[in-house]
Amino acid sequence: MAKVKTEKVHEPLFHIVKRDRMPLWQSISIRLGSIVCALAFCALICYIVIDVKPAEFFETMFDGVFGSERRIWKMIKDLAVLLCISLAVTPAFKMRFWNIGAEGQVLMSCLASVACVIYFGGKMSNWMLLVCMALASVIMGAIWAVIPAVFKAKWDTNETLFTLMMNYVATSLVSFFLIVWVPSGSSTLGELDYGHLPNIYNRYLVLVLVVAAITVAMYIYLNYCKHGYEISVVGESQKTACYIGINVKKVVIRTLIVSGALCGIAGFLIVSALDHSVTTASAGGQGFTAIMVSWLAKFNPIIMVATSFLIVFLQQGVNQVATDCNISNAFPNIIVGIILFFVIGCEFFINYKIMFRGKEASKK
Amino acid sequence: MKKLLSLLLALAMLVCCFAFAACGDTADDGKDTDTQTGEVNGDDTGDTAANADFKLGVILLHDEFSTYDLNFMNGVEEAKAALGLSDDQIIMKKNIPESDACYEAACDLVDEGCDVIFADSFGHETYMLKAAKEFPDVEFCHATGTMAHTEGLANFHNAFASIYEGRYLAGVAAGLKLNAMIEDGTITAEQAKIGYVGAFTYAEVISGYTSFYLGAKSVCPSATMDVQFTGSWYDETAEKNAAQALIANNCVLISQHADSMGAPTACEEAGVPNVSYNGSTVEDCPNTFIVASRINWAPYFKLICENAMKGEAIPTDWTGTIATGSVVLTDVNTQAAAAGTVEKLEEVKAGLLDGTVKVFDTAADNFITVGGAKLETYLADVDTDDAFTPDTEAVADGYFHESEYRSAPYFDVRIDGITLLNDAY
Repeated sequence: MAKVKTEKVHEPLFHIVKRDRMPLWQSISIRLGSIVCALAFCALICYIVIDVKPAEFFETMFDGVFGSERRIWKMIKDLAVLLCISLAVTPAFKMRFWNIGAEGQVLMSCLASVACVIYFGGKMSNWMLLVCMALASVIMGAIWAVIPAVFKAKWDTNETLFTLMMNYVATSLVSFFLIVWVPSGSSTLGELDYGHLPNIYNRYLVLVLVVAAITVAMYIYLNYCKHGYEISVVGESQKTACYIGINVKKVVIRTLIVSGALCGIAGFLIVSALDHSVTTASAGGQGFTAIMVSWLAKFNPIIMVATSFLIVFLQQGVNQVATDCNISNAFPNIIVGIILFFVIGCEFFINYKIMFRGKEASKK
Repeated sequence: MKKLLSLLLALAMLVCCFAFAACGDTADDGKDTDTQTGEVNGDDTGDTAANADFKLGVILLHDEFSTYDLNFMNGVEEAKAALGLSDDQIIMKKNIPESDACYEAACDLVDEGCDVIFADSFGHETYMLKAAKEFPDVEFCHATGTMAHTEGLANFHNAFASIYEGRYLAGVAAGLKLNAMIEDGTITAEQAKIGYVGAFTYAEVISGYTSFYLGAKSVCPSATMDVQFTGSWYDETAEKNAAQALIANNCVLISQHADSMGAPTACEEAGVPNVSYNGSTVEDCPNTFIVASRINWAPYFKLICENAMKGEAIPTDWTGTIATGSVVLTDVNTQAAAAGTVEKLEEVKAGLLDGTVKVFDTAADNFITVGGAKLETYLADVDTDDAFTPDTEAVADGYFHESEYRSAPYFDVRIDGITLLNDAY
């Protein structure tokens, strides 16, 4: 070794080489490893910063997610809602259309659902009302997504900024309607009496089943349908798409309609199964979290179940740590941030390998 | 690659070791506490046993960075110290939005064994009510709400405080400051215009700014007021902008309802006196902070915990007052306040306590007028219904009976002397 070293003068300590595709089990174990490392690191930080023993930290996290039947169902429900929004953003992202407007699309469809309840509640049967709400939500979500898509297709406007701005417009519209609908001036609608999804087994099951069906449907749509193929091609290269006769504008607009409509379903589910109301925080930032869920899963709907579980598990678990130790809720966000940093960082080790000095030479 | 894998495996094992080692620790801890409580249960009176089992759950809209929620958290801490409760007996859930999440949090607190569950935000109410119906054995308390007195549920309670009295006192301090400014020639009597940053045109806000204005008017009759709404309970930028707009519009003193440091900061920058809310801002605004009124929630937390521990009923709709220690003023900042403020406030406070001073005094001449005429009658919306129809005559015996028919404010009369600059909210 020492001999080799003296022969080569300017070789750096290590250099980075692009990997060939690595076997699945390896990439999965690297990812799991990164989560383990991240959790260990977080436990260490907890120990140093808030004096919580690592075991207690993990125990509390698990307790927060699996501690009671209610918590398990809450986790499943949160997972389902996040998954639904993640599935909604996926086709657009796969097409490299940077739609960061899921937040606004969900919020607008919540607003549309609540509008149906306010104007038609009590005037028609619950089933009719639910159908109206679902239709209104889906149409509203689709409209909110298709506006930036049309502008992108016709005038090549920047879809990232456009969809972001649409979020702010949605928030303001919700504020406006709350002022109109609540004459007392408190801008608080409270829980409404009509348009509740039926309880089958418990109040979450219908929602979970709907999202499960959407997950399977989206998997089939992306992988086994012509539409899914067109989305992939447009995402890989618009020029190739043109060359093989795909109408890129049409695909962009159509995909965003699908995307927005799915956000609409998410909004409908939030209103009819959970909140029965709307506030400016109804989407709760999940429109943005969903982007990460989708990316982490590499746009694969089935893997998205796992990535949404990861995010929901972290949020719910770390919140429990914050509650039990009575510390600031800023702390959970730091922990979630650290873990995501590790998880995203490990992609580097999947795509590249580090070659240390000497190793290569010894191979030779 | 193999090296990397083995490294990861080693790390994983290390973590497991850590986990198991400490797991043992906590298991031991658990045993210890078990035996301890066992002893207490064994040889002491039933009273202490009940105390040791008691749990209070608190649901908060934000966390300690909001002055509104911090005020509740301080109240809980004070009550906890006074009653000698341990850390384990209080569970605080922070950042719970006004949605189904509130119901979920309440259910989770029931699972955790809480005897009393408290929520601090207006929008939590319907979700708390839903949980109260589901768990009749647990007491649910909700601050600022309006529905308990009409729901007829034995385990659902509302609470508020007669904060209009505190605002009135703060208004007196503001009026004295205006008088001092008139005396030293900074402004003329006609220029005594107050600016007020409000949240929404909701009864709680209207009651707040009107009582504040009346306090000022009681000592400085020429005072007028402009109100600018932000359309948000918490929006630091909007509040700061509103305060700056009011100052630019010749307001010589500012007060606010909204919860952030926006308005006080704007005042300190412009050198305009400020009367604050929810807590003292004297540290950040030493030159302009006069005084602040706030609700002290500790007496209420004490009450609900004590009653629950003793097995007594919690009042359905409780109004804290100056007498219960719920309505308090912070220390007066003598650097900014007019001379003699402390003495005058003591005098007015005594008047409010013995009933000789009424905040919403409709009998006095040139005090509360609407369109130039005295307020003789007013139907207030006390019982909440979907259409918010007014239902209760609130003016009687020469004053408006605020917070008497229910704890949450319902005074929403727009009186002369106060100009709403934007009432779209």
